[in-house]
Amino acid sequence: MPIGIFILVSVIKSVIVLLVLLTAVAYTVWLERKVVGHMQNRWGPTRVGPFGLLQPAADGLKFLFKEDLTPPHVYKPLFLAAPMMAVIFALTSISVIPFGNSIQLFGYSVPLQITDVNIGLLLILGITSMGVYGVALAGWSSNNKYSLLGGLRASAQMVSYEIALGLSLVGVLIQSGSFSLRDIVEAQGGRFLYIIPRWNIFHGQLIGFFVYLMAAYAETNRIPFDLPEAETELVAGYHTEYSSMKFAMFFMAEYANMITVACLATLLFFGGWHGPLFGPSLMRAVLPVFWFIAKVFCFLFLYIWVRGTLPRFRYDQLMSFGWKFLLPLAIANLVATAIVVAW
Amino acid sequence: MSFHLILFLIFGAVCVGGAINLLAQRHPINSALSLIAVMAALAGDYLLLGAEFVAAVQLIVYAGAIMVLFVFVIMLLNAGVEEETKGSRVAILVGVPGMLIGGVLVAWVVLLRSGTEAVPIGALPGHPIDIAQLLFHDFLLPFEVTSILILIAIMGAVVLASKPESAAGKVE
Repeated sequence: MPIGIFILVSVIKSVIVLLVLLTAVAYTVWLERKVVGHMQNRWGPTRVGPFGLLQPAADGLKFLFKEDLTPPHVYKPLFLAAPMMAVIFALTSISVIPFGNSIQLFGYSVPLQITDVNIGLLLILGITSMGVYGVALAGWSSNNKYSLLGGLRASAQMVSYEIALGLSLVGVLIQSGSFSLRDIVEAQGGRFLYIIPRWNIFHGQLIGFFVYLMAAYAETNRIPFDLPEAETELVAGYHTEYSSMKFAMFFMAEYANMITVACLATLLFFGGWHGPLFGPSLMRAVLPVFWFIAKVFCFLFLYIWVRGTLPRFRYDQLMSFGWKFLLPLAIANLVATAIVVAW
Repeated sequence: MSFHLILFLIFGAVCVGGAINLLAQRHPINSALSLIAVMAALAGDYLLLGAEFVAAVQLIVYAGAIMVLFVFVIMLLNAGVEEETKGSRVAILVGVPGMLIGGVLVAWVVLLRSGTEAVPIGALPGHPIDIAQLLFHDFLLPFEVTSILILIAIMGAVVLASKPESAAGKVE
């Protein structure tokens, strides 16, 4: 398609995806509060709107009106820039994630993905690697020993688990033969043994999936790996000194990372948007997106379920788990997959 | 003035601007952040050349791991603002334009004599499959030897960073 139309379509897709993602972040917070509340035998938010559904709006207003305090001796440029970096990197990785097949609009075939690069998976790994900066610089610039320690611990944890994360994805890559996320999902179409769908988790990547899950929980600093943000340990870790909108940006970055991890898990291990198609042709065009969203929702629920259930790791347990168990397991999975594929 | 050229100029300007900022800043953390901007702009330049795998690896390895270590060191050592030395004004007035003119002269002569032209995107191998073919078939021995070299470096770093008492205990 001509370059002008391409730019227009890309801009429209970016705006839509950004709005949907920000709403999803807000409602993931609502979901977490409700689910953890019910697990702890209490209601979550119920007052603001039916079932507390307007609670994220109330929280947003609160963040806007709260006093935005900058402590006196912080290193101001980085203090202001660190939450922005965290949010930018968290929101950028959604740009290579495909939500469904291509749709036909006004004669052009528009893929449901902001951009389909040949190296989509590597780009997501790269952006995850750069996400360490938001945390490390926030901890250092706050001029506060708890923030510095929390920031260093969080960055060391993220850097350590990035390796296991990357290696767990290589098994998927060997089976699919391409870095492009769309190609990886396409390789999971169809069935084998007549009834089992050809999703990577059933097709040999079960261990890879569990390594990915654990490494991703550690990357996003979620329970059971959330020592850097635990209140009883380090006040609040790297975001101790942040208030109002800057804290909201860290919050948004964390939940956006969660959503990206959930999207990646469905794309790489659960067949993406593949699912039973039925109904008239308009419904058939929309159903893949619905299946994708349903699977992402299951992963977010799993994230929240684990949060409500497990205690957190101590820091030395966390690091030894990442280096001494998860990394060898990821390498073993890679070697086994390579042998089987080369056979 | 194709879109490709405009993007190249933007990334190139960010790269050069980041490099100049790296030298001009007095606090080391600002220099480290400028270097990160340089690495990211270089990744963009590689992408414009069609070397997509190299661009992604540049982001992952350089901007995402090596520079993180730089930033850790600056944070942990609490390196402060550089001291003001009485720099020679003559050196700045003569040196910087001199270097610029010298650099432009060298680049002009080299380009005049080299005889190469612009290469269209996709003419050179950049797809991961091509790089894999080169790395694991044609250059397998250098690849394995390099990995052993890196292993030796890691072992050396572990030995250097370990506590001295344990070495003294073993000697006794």
